[in-house]
Amino acid sequence: MNKNFILYAAILIFGLAAPFIFPAFKVQLSILCVLIVLATTWNIQGGEMGYNSFGNILFYGLGMYLCASVQVGMFFPLAEWTESGGEKTFVHTPPQFFQGMAVGLVVAAVVPTIVAGLIGYSILGLRGHYFAICTLGLGVAAGEISGGIEIIGAGQGFTTPPFPNVGSLEARGEFFYFLSFFTLVLTFIAVRSIYSTRFKLILNAIRDNEDKAEAMGIETMKYKIIGWMISAFFCGLAGGIMGGLVGYIDSTDVAFDGREMGVFMVLMAILGGKGTLWGPIIGATIFHIFKEGFWTFFLGWQYVALGVLIVVIVIYFPEGIMGWLREKYPERFGEVVDEKDRKAQVELK
Amino acid sequence: MDFLVFQYPMITLQACLDGILLGVLFALIAYGMALQWGVMNIINIAQGDLVILGGYIAYFMYLYGIHPAWGVIVAPVIMYFVGIAIYKLVINKVVDRDLFISILATFGISILFMQLMNFAFGADVVLANSGYGTTMLFDNNVVLPNSKIFSAFISIVFAICLVIYMKKSKLGRAIRATAQNARAAKILGVDTEKVYAATFGINAALCGVAGALISITFTIHPYMGLPYTIRSFMIVIVAGLGNLPGVAMSGMGLGVFEEFADYILGTEFRIGSVFLLLVLILVYRRFKLSRKREYLK
Repeated sequence: MNKNFILYAAILIFGLAAPFIFPAFKVQLSILCVLIVLATTWNIQGGEMGYNSFGNILFYGLGMYLCASVQVGMFFPLAEWTESGGEKTFVHTPPQFFQGMAVGLVVAAVVPTIVAGLIGYSILGLRGHYFAICTLGLGVAAGEISGGIEIIGAGQGFTTPPFPNVGSLEARGEFFYFLSFFTLVLTFIAVRSIYSTRFKLILNAIRDNEDKAEAMGIETMKYKIIGWMISAFFCGLAGGIMGGLVGYIDSTDVAFDGREMGVFMVLMAILGGKGTLWGPIIGATIFHIFKEGFWTFFLGWQYVALGVLIVVIVIYFPEGIMGWLREKYPERFGEVVDEKDRKAQVELK
Repeated sequence: MDFLVFQYPMITLQACLDGILLGVLFALIAYGMALQWGVMNIINIAQGDLVILGGYIAYFMYLYGIHPAWGVIVAPVIMYFVGIAIYKLVINKVVDRDLFISILATFGISILFMQLMNFAFGADVVLANSGYGTTMLFDNNVVLPNSKIFSAFISIVFAICLVIYMKKSKLGRAIRATAQNARAAKILGVDTEKVYAATFGINAALCGVAGALISITFTIHPYMGLPYTIRSFMIVIVAGLGNLPGVAMSGMGLGVFEEFADYILGTEFRIGSVFLLLVLILVYRRFKLSRKREYLK
């Protein structure tokens, strides 16, 4: 426990100092925090609960649109804002911007949670691949439908309020970095405390055998919905931050981007190792470095690389990095291994 | 937003006929999906991208001065080998594993294909002009392009040929045996590996035919694949595996639904309504099944 405390303190100090050590990478670091949040929360119901969803992008996009709409709608008429392309006609003063952002983020986190609770009963009754395809459909449908709604910009997109002039040029990057880093810390604390409770064991029971779990007297549906709602809460929050960070919301390319973000979160969790606490974090970090490198040096080929990467990871590396480490060094994960038995297994291989 | 559709019988008739002709094409794609789902227990997200690839084959024949209707014969031949290649490279490693793995792997293939087609053929919406003209019915109130009638006819011909092939030929019987029980088929001397490859090839060939027909009748675009996957998935779950008349009927039903959604809600909500319908069907199915489970209790 003491060792862990030092580790966490080191990570926290590094996280707080990072924007000053790498001032040029502030936006990248903020995106990394958001990606880690998405991967970690996907892992709650994808990895621990065994409900592999392509549809968490629904909550992410919902949060993004809600946060921006609230931020604008609190002070200005929303329809005129989107029609005029936003920032040219109306300008947020700094207090207005921060107030709007604060209320917007609360709404962006709460409403997707409620939505997840409402649709959870119907959707989470589906099993296996039906659930996967259904959530895939949900995400795409949300993107297509929001692309037809006039008040949030329809096909031409929605410009989020630009960051107000508060003196320093670095303020925008630092604000969004600390916002996303704070969200990351919040997510980590929440997820870590969830993982040490009975709730996590129930989720694992659902993953391993849902019918048996039900037969043991667990109200599986209740826990499945709660698990999904926790995911939705953090996805909505992450979406709200990302909307402000990107500065522009498009229905299918930014908000409900099932082809990018929706797959990324699944891929990051699988790359790191499904069903572990640190797996999604490691996976997201490696994936983000890989992605940025590829996006920068081989622009245009990124989706080809993404497609190949998905196929390779899924076929040859489905256990992820943590799974591989666990197989290699089981003692570190608290598993007691008989030395003879292990040697015998190595010989068998 | 016009909810008075039924006051205009000609528009209704037009939408129905359009929908039925379109639905036959959907049914052809869905038949391929049902085939490989039933035999290999794999859901192929790249199905729609195979369709679009077939469409581009016909489009390129059109560009080089060959009548695109010949694409109906060329595209399946090429796509058969594309399908075999995909099977050998990826699918044979996910056949016996978790369904989610196969969904994610084919999702990767789908993204890969989308982008490669985008590179190779450009991001424009294209169509191969067949020059077939149109048929006017009911005092010129209902306009049907002949290419749509042609494509529906060809789809039906291909479907019938395939059904006969599956019933009579040796490979067809091997495929059906593997679908029933892969292990028993293996014991009785069926080379299931070969059967799987052939099944995936036939599925890709069917997609090729459908794609060539779509490029003649509608438009194709590298990113338009996913809706075709979702449509065929929807048709298969409504009809059930191995229920051919059901596949045909629900395909046509879906086509008609889409045409009406297009007229009533507007074209921008067309794809959205398809995906929403999928969600509704799955949810309906879930409640129906759960009621059945309650009866058992």
